[in-house]
Amino acid sequence: MAVSAANSRVVYDALKSAGVRLISALPETWLVHLIRMAEEDPEMTLVRLAKEEEGVGISAGAHLAGVKSAMLMQNHGFLASINGIVSCAQLYRIPLLMVISHRGSFGERDPWQTEGGGVTEVLLEALRVPYERLDEPGQVARRIAQAQTLALASNKPVALLLTRDLMVEEAGR
Amino acid sequence: MTRQDALRSVYPALVDRVVITIMGAVAAELQALGHRTNFFYLQHAMGLASSMGLGVALSRPELSVVVFDGDGSVLMNLGGLTTLARYRPRNLVHVIFDNESLLSVGGFPTATSTGSDLAGLAAAAGVPRTVTVRTIEAFAREFDAAAAARDLTTIVAKVEAVGPPAYVTDLALLENRFQFQRYLAGRK
Repeated sequence: MAVSAANSRVVYDALKSAGVRLISALPETWLVHLIRMAEEDPEMTLVRLAKEEEGVGISAGAHLAGVKSAMLMQNHGFLASINGIVSCAQLYRIPLLMVISHRGSFGERDPWQTEGGGVTEVLLEALRVPYERLDEPGQVARRIAQAQTLALASNKPVALLLTRDLMVEEAGR
Repeated sequence: MTRQDALRSVYPALVDRVVITIMGAVAAELQALGHRTNFFYLQHAMGLASSMGLGVALSRPELSVVVFDGDGSVLMNLGGLTTLARYRPRNLVHVIFDNESLLSVGGFPTATSTGSDLAGLAAAAGVPRTVTVRTIEAFAREFDAAAAARDLTTIVAKVEAVGPPAYVTDLALLENRFQFQRYLAGRK
């Protein structure tokens, strides 16, 4: 399996174009290039987390302080963040930009990743968090820009799902 | 020492600082002393007040940030201590009021009542300045010292398990949130 550096670059550039200047992240395989890009970018503040829910608080603080941010996490990190999303970001109307790697979908070979994929989208829907999938690089810039616009207009969390088709190059993975 | 007296002792020093509190007694007692637009009360999301403080402190390094936390909340986000220490915002003072209980839900004892040492945990996480205080005088002294030191500081204030008669105040959550954002936008 090879994580696509080229498509990671497309996602990263779109986040920069959307004004993101702070990224919180917990490493996961599909996010390695994105995290490295954030680390190497002098214009970006990268906050490496112990657990993803911290990122909700950090993004809330950054937003109120005038800095646009994004959370980079696996869908299991989204699952671990739900209380923060509800009782911080939704309760206080914080425009949270969540970029979530959608593990556990068709093609998943890691047995431990296979439960989260099936519940991610239904939980986003249950939380009434607007989301779109990013399946191919041509749609990335526009959808991230639109997600950011909706987040800021509504003062609410939004999510983008990084899919296997976008993030993994090797056939069959 | 009561938390209310501790808050009163440093209240004048909060006038030009960015203050983030946890829910419940801390929020109600600080509001009883007098709400200011530079005070934000995170009325849920237990554990995330320190993360919010980190987000503000990293985003606005020229401002002085104070987080008023509690033992129950910190115990829900112990990993956050390692993140705080890792980024070491020198403009953040992290006060933890430790009454060894979850007071607002009936006073059930927390793990600090059986010896878990929050200042020790913060120090072990890498927070450069940590201290535990048990008197108003020591609290006020350490609070001033933290500002003078210009480095990330955790002050654990051991306080009595007493709180206000009511927790709901007439300050609406979103009113507070937008006031606070406007305050920060107006601060140079």
